[in-house]
Amino acid sequence: MKPQDISRRHFLRQATWSGAALTLAAYMPVNWQTAPVIVNPVTSGTLQGTELMSWISISPTGKVTLMCNRSEMGQGTFQALPQMLAEELEVALDDVEVVFTPANPEKYGPQPQEGSFSVRGWAPRLLRTGACARDMLIETAAGDWNVPKNDCYAENGAVINRKTRARLTYGALVEKAAKLKPPTDVILKKRSEYKIIGKSALRKDIPLKTNGSALFGLDKKLPGMKYAVIERSRRFRETMKSFDDSETRKVPGVSHVFKVKRPVFSQYCEGVAVVADSLWAAMQGRKALKVNWNDPDFDLPHTASLEKQMRENLQKIGSHSRFEAEYGPCTQKLEASYETPYQSHSCMEPLNCIADVRSDRIEIWGPIQEANWIQADLSQRFNIPVEQVAVHMTFLGGGFGRKAFPDYPYEAAFISKEIQAPVQVVWTREDDMTAGPFRPGACYTLKGGLNTQGHIHAFQANTATQWIGQEWSPTAPGAPEAAGYNAGDFEGLLHPYRQGIPHYSFGGAGTHTPIPVMWWRSVYASTHGFACESFIDELAHLAGKDPMAFRRAHLPAPRYQALIDRMTELTAWQSRGKNQGWGVAFTECFTGICGHAVKVTRNAEGKVRIEKVIALMDCGWYVNPDIIRAQVEGSIVIALGAATIHATTFEDGKAVQQNFDTYPMPRIADIPPIEVHIMENDEKPGGVGEPGLPPFAPALANAIFDLTGRRIRRLPFSLDEIS
Amino acid sequence: MPSYQLSVNGKPYTVEADEQMPLLWAIRDLIGLTGTKYGCGIAQCGACTLHLSGAPVRSCSFPVSAVGEQPVTTIEGLSDDNSHPVQRAWIAEQVPQCGYCQSGQIMSAVALLASNANPDDEAINTAMNGNICRCGTYPRIRKAIKTAASYSH
Repeated sequence: MKPQDISRRHFLRQATWSGAALTLAAYMPVNWQTAPVIVNPVTSGTLQGTELMSWISISPTGKVTLMCNRSEMGQGTFQALPQMLAEELEVALDDVEVVFTPANPEKYGPQPQEGSFSVRGWAPRLLRTGACARDMLIETAAGDWNVPKNDCYAENGAVINRKTRARLTYGALVEKAAKLKPPTDVILKKRSEYKIIGKSALRKDIPLKTNGSALFGLDKKLPGMKYAVIERSRRFRETMKSFDDSETRKVPGVSHVFKVKRPVFSQYCEGVAVVADSLWAAMQGRKALKVNWNDPDFDLPHTASLEKQMRENLQKIGSHSRFEAEYGPCTQKLEASYETPYQSHSCMEPLNCIADVRSDRIEIWGPIQEANWIQADLSQRFNIPVEQVAVHMTFLGGGFGRKAFPDYPYEAAFISKEIQAPVQVVWTREDDMTAGPFRPGACYTLKGGLNTQGHIHAFQANTATQWIGQEWSPTAPGAPEAAGYNAGDFEGLLHPYRQGIPHYSFGGAGTHTPIPVMWWRSVYASTHGFACESFIDELAHLAGKDPMAFRRAHLPAPRYQALIDRMTELTAWQSRGKNQGWGVAFTECFTGICGHAVKVTRNAEGKVRIEKVIALMDCGWYVNPDIIRAQVEGSIVIALGAATIHATTFEDGKAVQQNFDTYPMPRIADIPPIEVHIMENDEKPGGVGEPGLPPFAPALANAIFDLTGRRIRRLPFSLDEIS
Repeated sequence: MPSYQLSVNGKPYTVEADEQMPLLWAIRDLIGLTGTKYGCGIAQCGACTLHLSGAPVRSCSFPVSAVGEQPVTTIEGLSDDNSHPVQRAWIAEQVPQCGYCQSGQIMSAVALLASNANPDDEAINTAMNGNICRCGTYPRIRKAIKTAASYSH
């Protein structure tokens, strides 16, 4: 990966709470530089009433409320974060209520919900917060009984005196405890002492999602709220010449029609808002609208020309002389090109957001992945102090990176300010699927040279894509057009390959287009992983080696050897038989390491079908194994669509696919049996929500090669068309 | 604007709506029951599934004027306390992730089990084919339908 692209991986590695403000400033566009400095809430929170610590409040009757500061879009933070707090606090999960925090970085830290960061990023802080609260409750009880603290312990929402067996509930202690200064040192439990962490506790959000009561953004209503839909240019950055709203204004219920702006990175795109008393009326009004767009002053993207441009940019990367010196003399060599498409996020809940803008404050409700980024962004753009911008997260009907983009809250705020009333902006499915941002498409060139023992001596991965980091900051230096040598990172690629392969080189070339692009679940790993793990398979074949053993030979780190050994065992790899349709792939992103093994077969009509998928996740220390299994199952389903169905293509500057009829989703009948296994080890907590996705496409392609001898180097491919 | 009498979850409602307004928006925005979701507007995703006289219908593409006398059941009408066997099974198998499509999934599953008390995989595939889940909860949906079926055995 090129150094100038401040990659999300790099960002996240630094984004501990102590360094977040600094990193945000480097990473985000100018208008996000105001993201407030994070103060450690363990020592700074203003403790009011029975709020014992930030995240924890206890009523006099002992009712415990735990705060979830991260958005919940299906990935289970609403369960996993309180599970960590409850463990150290010593309360039963059944007895606690979980609520979302509002955006308040000073109190709850930064909330960007991405990078599979919730557990791995928040474990230290939440465990410590729970332990501090427990310690304060114990100290209070010990004081009441006039005994040393060591004579007391906490259990199930109460403090118990070891000697007298006397018991004081948290409810009875909390008011006094809240007056104590939180301790600076607390002893965290050992993993072997956990009662809640590591167990598949039932998710607390699920009962809300089986009776229709879970509040998603689209479900929120405010008194006097209007509804708005927006006609935007289908050509992304086109400007407006004029619009005719005479028919629109005749639609009953339509109250306002006016020009609006949508922020897309450093630009504003133009559109026309139709505001009405009901969403239906707004939609009808929009249909009657006539908009004239100016002739575009930019090259209209077309899929074929985009690929051509990326291929040309790949040529410009060049090759490092030291790499070439090693690659040149290799006895066996291979070069291959790979392509991956642009894709839509297509969350089930289309984008929507409510804003209520007054002269001195802004209030936002919506399915928002990045609450305090939105807070800072709106503060800057509307010139309202950040503490006067309230952002309330609802449940998110999917996110996958899309709901981290700040355009739709801005639109809502813009319209609310104009009409001086609360308003909900709703994107139709067609808006959601055609306006972007999209996962960027990419082209790859890979080179590999083997030594006489059939070991990889030199490995090169170059990519041309539209770098998301450059979109944020268009003044950033251009793409590196020279590849590195034995340095850098290639998102998605297993790290120890860099020890197991003596000479490697990564290069990248940015490709500018008017198409907005954004993180898509697992980001570059979702496409890099396909190219690299398919190519490693090609090299194994070239070397005449077993693909599992070949990978093991290049991954010297014990953790990775254990992973491969476990996968070998789970798949009964040694006895699988030759060319029976088995493929395997391993990738790594956001500190989660995952392997998939796919078994394909031919059905009675001779078509290739997936017989089963075995997934093996190594995310180190973990909280809730059932959520991990759910996330990996779901990742495989999304990856199945990404590998075999999905491509957003562009013609005449517009996204072609507009709804689920032309961008179909995998359905229940398409899903093979999936087994998910979790590695047990004491590594640091790793990401889960994203790392389960990238290995699927290469594992499937490798399985197809094993069965048919046909190598797939381009996504998506139709299983029906494989002969 | 015309006025329509609707029976939703056993309660009578009168709504004033354009005759072309899809039932989805009448239920969500006029009656205020928001468990039924908007996903695509073209009957492709099933998030808006509810029952008309017990049969699953994509309410995003069904005009309010066509409901007539047929009773409407939405996710909110299954039970007051998550006690419907399908809801219980959905919780037991921990099906939802983001949860947005699940009202529609559950309504399709309830309709399936009403006509087939013990559906096999093929019957599940057929009945649930109209419901998309982007989070990929399909393996658990399949399991939960079988679990729900087992509750009545």
